[in-house]
Amino acid sequence: MSEELFAQMRQAVIDGDSAASAALAEQALADNVPPLDAIEKGFVPGLTLVGEQFGAGDLFLPDMMLAARAMQKAIAILEPEMKRQSTQRHVVGRVVLGTVKGDIHEIGKNLVGMMLATSGFEVHDLGVDVAPERFVSAAHEHNADIVGVSALLTTTMAGQRTVVEQIEAAGLRPKCRVVVGGAPASSTWASEIGADGYSEDAIGAVALIRGLVGA
Amino acid sequence: MNTASATAAGVRPRLEVLSPAAIRRIHEATLEVIERVGVRFPSEQALDLWAAHGATVDRATSIVKVPAHIMEAALRTAPPAYTLAARNPAQDLPLDGHHVHVATDGCGIEVLDPWTLEVRRSTLADVGDIARVADALPEVGFHWVAVSAQDVDPATRTHEELLAVWRNSTKHVQTETVVTGPDARTAIEMAAVVAGGREALRARPVLSLMQCTISPLAHDGGPIEASLVAAEAGVPVGFMTMASCAFSGPATIAGSLVVGNAEVISAMALMQLAYPGSPVYYAAAQTAMDLRSGAYTGGGPEDFLFGAATNELADFYNVPLSMGAFATGDKRSGWQSGLENGLSSFMASISGADMLLGVGLLHGSRIWSFEQMVLDCEIASIVEAMLRGIPFDDEALALEAIAEVGPGGEYLTLPHTRKAMKGLWKATYMDRRTYGQWLDDPDKFQREALEKARRLIREHQPEPLDPALDAELVSLVRRHRAAALVAG
Repeated sequence: MSEELFAQMRQAVIDGDSAASAALAEQALADNVPPLDAIEKGFVPGLTLVGEQFGAGDLFLPDMMLAARAMQKAIAILEPEMKRQSTQRHVVGRVVLGTVKGDIHEIGKNLVGMMLATSGFEVHDLGVDVAPERFVSAAHEHNADIVGVSALLTTTMAGQRTVVEQIEAAGLRPKCRVVVGGAPASSTWASEIGADGYSEDAIGAVALIRGLVGA
Repeated sequence: MNTASATAAGVRPRLEVLSPAAIRRIHEATLEVIERVGVRFPSEQALDLWAAHGATVDRATSIVKVPAHIMEAALRTAPPAYTLAARNPAQDLPLDGHHVHVATDGCGIEVLDPWTLEVRRSTLADVGDIARVADALPEVGFHWVAVSAQDVDPATRTHEELLAVWRNSTKHVQTETVVTGPDARTAIEMAAVVAGGREALRARPVLSLMQCTISPLAHDGGPIEASLVAAEAGVPVGFMTMASCAFSGPATIAGSLVVGNAEVISAMALMQLAYPGSPVYYAAAQTAMDLRSGAYTGGGPEDFLFGAATNELADFYNVPLSMGAFATGDKRSGWQSGLENGLSSFMASISGADMLLGVGLLHGSRIWSFEQMVLDCEIASIVEAMLRGIPFDDEALALEAIAEVGPGGEYLTLPHTRKAMKGLWKATYMDRRTYGQWLDDPDKFQREALEKARRLIREHQPEPLDPALDAELVSLVRRHRAAALVAG
């Protein structure tokens, strides 16, 4: 019976159908299926398959994002029960994300956040126009392994340097690493401001961050 | 490039990709989106203005919903034609629907160094060098700030960039990096110094502003407030949407046109409500996201169709259009950059763009290349030649020459040929040599394009700024820096 449910879960993720994945998560709770099993045996294999086909160029970024969102919806429903049972998914790493002060662009950052969340990271998204002090306090509060700082404008990218400096000044390094992204950033810029990494796109960002936390 | 005089003999070719009914449908759909979904204006000043003019304003979300009749009435006061003034009046640019003016692209963050050929971060010196080369190239009509002066304090970066362009060129400057009200006030004071006072600036705007929207359906607060400062001073201001299919706009071209149009016309309408009759323009650089990488593509069939379609929308609103063309996604000058920049500039021009942006950047407007700049100018000259159309006077029909040569002869030695061949386009950087010549020196033309830029960087002497004006501009920048320090 569970096998059939798991198959439906896998398919819901492949279809990018959030309504279906949410309903299946509810059903798992009602049927007393262990929530960790639902995730690991049901939803994750769907995402893995989509990821493979995306990597091969047969599926596209919107397919990947819809699949990721379907999985996130299901996890959100299963999480309270997981907590109650004192079980939890293996957390690959804790990431604090945000767009720098004075900048309200967010699509790229959101993309990175969703890809990380579905890759097993615990993601705390601070949103846009985030003051450097908030990056620091959130990194502290969540015991972050990674702080990701996004900027889209040449006029705001200097804020990435400020975040690096303040994380440093707060004594959170070297445990906490700072990575930067966004159209005006580059690997040259990242090394100049003393950031620990840079990626040109969301897929690369996941690989970069996995590497940094040794996953 | 002037296409007006040439059409006396030839008809300027024109391409339309939207029927009048389709344009009307996009317009109505856009008004419906603005009225029902709304557009975000995160600025107290903008929200106050909207509220005062009868729009529904949600202060918590900064979303404004505007009834269609208010939008339509506001848009009607936008002037259909005006002139972008230059420091040298002979270089003024009429935006009258009969001209296509090419600019440098902006705002890049790296430069393919013309001497070391390595990619490095852009500096203030680059801004000056690019402006000097652009000053000398006849295909370039005006400037954008081509790259960011990243070695300069961000508090006055935009003003230092402006000063660097004015010091190196007499052509009009359009900046896309003035993004707050206070920054705009100083920039406009600087422009007034160059123009000879506030009223002179209003009559002859030597500066114009361009602001990017935040797709989908949003504006940024600072840029909107900067735009209001410009509109008050009579300095032209445009709004550029980059709503991209499947990313910041719907996956369909029509849907992304509606989203982009809502952003642009809502901002233009706000300027008109605040300062009726202030010069505004439509700007667009829409494209489709690369479905595999999520990258901004800066090319491809959707990109080129957007280029034509937004021209028709700007015509419908009867305002000038600044079209994001060129801006290849290619990483170096090559087949992709030639194809993308050729097609995008052609599609935008053939459908009636007034301003065409812009030459010189690679990698989706990130990396400046002097070689690409010179090659893009050759593309611009091809497009210009096509826009002249086909002259059809007696001289052009050449009936006497045809009779003189008769069947089986040749036209090489005909006096008519020597005279009329002046009308034929001449290649500078196209490889039309023999195969053997190419084998001997395969990179001749790329090298010559770069050499041309190098020579202009070294040797071109732009008409200098009056030292007294220069000193005034420097003190305005200094004052702005001091004020920024106080403001923290």
